[in-house]
Amino acid sequence: MNPPAPSPAVGIRRTLRSALFIVVAMFGFGFALVPLYDVLCQVTGLNGKTSGVVAQAEPMRVDEARTVTVEFVASVNLDAPWEFHPDVTKLQVHPGRFYTTHFYARNRSARAVLGQAIPSVSPGPAATHFHKIECFCFTQQGFAAGEGREMPVTFRIDPQLPADVHTVTLSYTFFRLPEQG
Amino acid sequence: MSTTADQIAPAHDEHHAPRGLLRWLTTTNHKEIGTLYLVFSLTMFFVGGTMALIIRAELFQPGLQIVEPYFFNQMTTMHALVMIFGAVMPAFVGLANWLIPMMIGAPDMALPRMNNWSFWIMPFAFTLLLSTLFMDGGGPAGGWTLYPPLSLQTGAAFPFVILAIHMMGVSSVMGAINVIATILNLRAPGMTLMRMPLFVWTWLITAYLLIAVMPVLAGAVTMLLTDKYFGTSFFNAAGGGDPVMFQHIFWFFGHPEVYIMILPAFGIVSQIIPTFARKPLFGYASMVYATASIAFLSFIVWGHHMFTVGMPLAGELFFMYATMLIAVPTGVKVFNWMATMWRGSMTFETPMLFAVAFVVLFTIGGFSGLMLAIAPADFQYQDTYFVVAHFHYVLVPGAVFSIMAATYYWLPKWTGHMYDEKLGRLHFWCSAIGVNVLFFPQHFLGLAGMPRRIPDYALQFAGFNMISSIGAFLFGLSQLIFLWVVIKCIRGGEPAPAKPWEGAHGLEWTLPSPAPLHTFQTPPQIDPSEAHG
Repeated sequence: MNPPAPSPAVGIRRTLRSALFIVVAMFGFGFALVPLYDVLCQVTGLNGKTSGVVAQAEPMRVDEARTVTVEFVASVNLDAPWEFHPDVTKLQVHPGRFYTTHFYARNRSARAVLGQAIPSVSPGPAATHFHKIECFCFTQQGFAAGEGREMPVTFRIDPQLPADVHTVTLSYTFFRLPEQG
Repeated sequence: MSTTADQIAPAHDEHHAPRGLLRWLTTTNHKEIGTLYLVFSLTMFFVGGTMALIIRAELFQPGLQIVEPYFFNQMTTMHALVMIFGAVMPAFVGLANWLIPMMIGAPDMALPRMNNWSFWIMPFAFTLLLSTLFMDGGGPAGGWTLYPPLSLQTGAAFPFVILAIHMMGVSSVMGAINVIATILNLRAPGMTLMRMPLFVWTWLITAYLLIAVMPVLAGAVTMLLTDKYFGTSFFNAAGGGDPVMFQHIFWFFGHPEVYIMILPAFGIVSQIIPTFARKPLFGYASMVYATASIAFLSFIVWGHHMFTVGMPLAGELFFMYATMLIAVPTGVKVFNWMATMWRGSMTFETPMLFAVAFVVLFTIGGFSGLMLAIAPADFQYQDTYFVVAHFHYVLVPGAVFSIMAATYYWLPKWTGHMYDEKLGRLHFWCSAIGVNVLFFPQHFLGLAGMPRRIPDYALQFAGFNMISSIGAFLFGLSQLIFLWVVIKCIRGGEPAPAKPWEGAHGLEWTLPSPAPLHTFQTPPQIDPSEAHG
């Protein structure tokens, strides 16, 4: 019997190596999707993600001719013991000008809790044009038992906001953070 | 793992093998492992089927009669996990084990010991998964897609479910690597890639899909696990994560996964139809390229599962058109099967009945898939029974029928006996009627607005639900005929010749029936006229 080709064992080992490489690479790719997704959302404003950083306060041309309605929504995550609502539910704003409004939150539990508000802007394409220079969502908010307070948010709509957007909704969900220590 | 078939095969003789349970526990023979996979799959088919009947029994009438809603949710979740990972996928792996070495003239799979491992992980994975039903807080109940934050509310069962999914993933990845290594390295001289039977081709492509996406699922469920127990915030908005991201990662796995469950079925049907039409397969090369195109497209269409989740218009349009593009290669396949049958000398033995029913009924599932691909229409269909009808049409009279067709077709080769043709036909007609009575009315329910995954429903849905449940019991009980035919065929029957089907082509039919434990120790001569089945 003449061996026609090199033993398949060599080929099998090579196949095994490259297949295992694909498996490991794809496992890594699954995790690489996480930062990839964040970047994509930041760039496109997908899912209403406003940019996490404080917006620049440089002056912008104010577009007096245009009025945009900004709606405020406050919701509380399932197990969080908050009372949470906006002071006004609607503002008429001119793009380019700064506005400040307040949200009210009160800790209804008998213990001190730490909360974090997560913003979301709808519709998605408006998210990149919604700039906040001050927001209670930038930091964690600590509340003593029963404490309630007003929390400010200062924002401005970019005049670049697409012309077909007439209403922008800013929604906050207030999450309870795990107890420290 | 470095032990390969050619090193151990010559020294491996039957009389050295241990007997009894240990024989099955330690076997490295591709035929025995194939049998183990198929028996396991059939067992899980009945387990998952029982869960389906619990679901349909509850839905027979509006109101809550039989089970608690929470248990109902566990049933829908477990039914899906068991059927996908326990019944359909292992059945295809079992068929691959039995058939691929015989079809390409190889003595065994390339990595026989890994083969043993990849099977024996499965019973443990499913013991773990099914045991969660008896744990505090019950089994997983948030749907097989495990969307957070709902799935994170699973009780003590959660880590067990995740571990079970990891084990299933490891098993299928090992099985897939084995298939790739076998096909690429152990083909008999002269068996070029474009002479391979189509079942081998579809499995090669499926195996690549498996090693590409099962690790992504493993990553996604690992993130769920660390979110729940280790304080990470991949999917937790409070920590800067996003629950929608899970859906993206999951469906990046999930869409190729549905093709993992259908491509081998295409291969099976492409073997059976030419046999009983007594004509070579029409458009062999186009079948290969169509399969490859479907596999490629499967990676870029995951967003069609998420049209209503929130996506820019450009995204909706991209996923819509990309999804519709899949209809092209799939259409190529369906027309090729029809052209193969065209003016053929057709006979309708049980495998052919199942194969023809596959072509017709899978195409119905394909068409409802096209309807779902239309993004604006999907806003109406999303999460309704229309979706349930769609994917059950492609999975039950699609994937499951192909597995049954394969079983009838190769059972004489496996057992050395002919199956009972009369009972086989009875099984076919009961199944074909049952499956349509079961799933067709669900299209109407979905279009009328009945949501999926609910234990109770509004009164106007009562009529079609009752019909659907009657079909479910007809279909479910007729599988007992299948069980009986298989057992009867294993125990005896008319002896099968080497080639029981006169129109069959391919190397497996050159072997005696039943196929001896060790075959093609020396590579066979390839007759080009016999090539690709």
